[in-house]
Amino acid sequence: MFGAPLDYLFAFLVGGTVCLFAQLLIDLTKLTPARILVIYVVLGVFLGAVGLFEPLADFAGCGITVPLVGFGGNVARGVRESVSESGLIGALTGGLSAASGGTAAALCFGYLVALFCNARPKRP
Amino acid sequence: MRSIIRFETPVSIYAHASAVGGAEADGPLGALFDFHDPTDRFGADTWEKGEESLSRAVLNLALSRAGQSQDEIDLLFSGDLQNQCVASSAGCGSMGIPYCGLYGACSTSCEGLLLASLALSASRETRRVAVVTTSHNAAAERQFRLPLEYGGQRTPTAQWTATAGGAFLLARANEPTLDPVAPRITAALVGRALDSGVKDGANMGAAMAPAAADTILRFFSLSGERPYDYDRIVTGDLGAEGSALLVELLRENGLNLAGRHRDCGVLLFDPLKADVHAGGSGCGCSASVLSALFLPALERGELRRILFLATGALMSPSNLLQGGSILGIAPLVVLEAGKPKKGGTT
Amino acid sequence: MNFDRRRYLDRVKERERRSPLFKNCFFAFTFGGGICALGQLLLSLYLYAGLSERDAGTLVTVTLIFLSAVLTGVGAFDNVARVAGAGTLVPVTGFANAVVSPALDCKSEGLVMGVGAKIFAIAGPVLLFATLSGAVYGVVYYVVGLFL
Repeated sequence: MFGAPLDYLFAFLVGGTVCLFAQLLIDLTKLTPARILVIYVVLGVFLGAVGLFEPLADFAGCGITVPLVGFGGNVARGVRESVSESGLIGALTGGLSAASGGTAAALCFGYLVALFCNARPKRP
Repeated sequence: MRSIIRFETPVSIYAHASAVGGAEADGPLGALFDFHDPTDRFGADTWEKGEESLSRAVLNLALSRAGQSQDEIDLLFSGDLQNQCVASSAGCGSMGIPYCGLYGACSTSCEGLLLASLALSASRETRRVAVVTTSHNAAAERQFRLPLEYGGQRTPTAQWTATAGGAFLLARANEPTLDPVAPRITAALVGRALDSGVKDGANMGAAMAPAAADTILRFFSLSGERPYDYDRIVTGDLGAEGSALLVELLRENGLNLAGRHRDCGVLLFDPLKADVHAGGSGCGCSASVLSALFLPALERGELRRILFLATGALMSPSNLLQGGSILGIAPLVVLEAGKPKKGGTT
Repeated sequence: MNFDRRRYLDRVKERERRSPLFKNCFFAFTFGGGICALGQLLLSLYLYAGLSERDAGTLVTVTLIFLSAVLTGVGAFDNVARVAGAGTLVPVTGFANAVVSPALDCKSEGLVMGVGAKIFAIAGPVLLFATLSGAVYGVVYYVVGLFL
């Protein structure tokens, strides 16, 4: 039911390392968090494009699919499948369809939360 | 006006009031402010409107202390950090007093005191002038930085925009009805906007320190005085980072502040608390600390003469994104204690 | 005043207090790893419940986004992220927070021009560059496919 313990270990280690690199980028360079997210998502597309994303995901599971790299990897997979299936138009249709679950969830939950909650003042 | 403006008739600050939000009330000066609202909303349903009502509330409190109504005030200078200074114009600016909106970022409190003194010196008919400045943490975060609930880490050089406001009522010191103990403004020096070259919106202390150093050096070289002629040299919101840079810059130029320097931003928050980092900032920071801490000390005679320079980081997010750097500015006023109370009252 | 801008900027940089690197990295690693491990747990449960691999993966993402949205709504997310740093930023939790927090914030400007327009204020670049780089990859993949 819970899967293999080793899967958790690899997910933890790889996921943690991916985040640790981002933290190093934040603290040691002047890169803003928004830029780092963009770099990670494009990196995910790149990894997917060169065929490294799937092997990594097989090994690390959620350690690579849960970080934003996974979002990019998903986009790359979607594009590849759509292009194979329906030609050049797939370059436009594949990416967003593959990422639609997460995007739609974020937008819908975001709207609902905005309806029912209020922002609080920040406290030191 | 490159020279020091010396007011032939000094200008008295005959009433003043301060108010803060929850975080500031929890700080080391918390008990000194006239009132606070732990929710930071000041009775309004948005942060921006809350700042408007804060601006009205501090002016009303100062007026009631003086036993005056808004109709007795001839002129109002007010400013804040919101776009188009709307908290001021929709706040105290809409109370029917002839009004000038000011933008000097966090230096607005001092800019207002300086302009009010000039107006009182320029026109006999202008007898009472009000100065109000406010800032609101949530409104400023939303406008300049990130949403309130956004999960990010602030760098150690970042400052915390204070939710605070201060109101000051000024009149010429020779007005017969005035309390003679009221602290007075005797001189002022207009600051120069100085390009520090700093492009980091999270290190505004560093962006403002050169402007503060410039004003202080100009003041002492024009007046021929030394820092020990003053009990305190008070800056607005350089924070820990900017204060250290100011002291270094002045030392390099041969001026030693001799332990007389205080910074309102450093005083406002407990530095050990997480996330305040370098200290408080905002138009309301220097205004509220001046009203709650330094003016009462002048009234009690504990301080006789201080230099007060509020420091402003003239920061625009789009200018920063276009590669611009942050300009700093620091106007200055000389504040002196009024006549000591006679008859040895306690 | 004697003021050399270049020298001043060097000094500012030199004396700037730095973020506590080791502490930040430690928390980024543990929180980030922890969130991924939680994802792994959810994935196992969804697979056990009989979902296909792809649906289970999507549902993991949706669940984590839901949790982040709720935590953002009750005002807890920013307090966790203050400690966790990149640990909550880089997983899909950070994407969710980047969508939900401006929506929540701009409620006062109305549901269309406030929430609706500002909801992409921070996450917009991620969506843009993911879509853009995906499209570029698609064209390259198509062109390369023509010659193979």
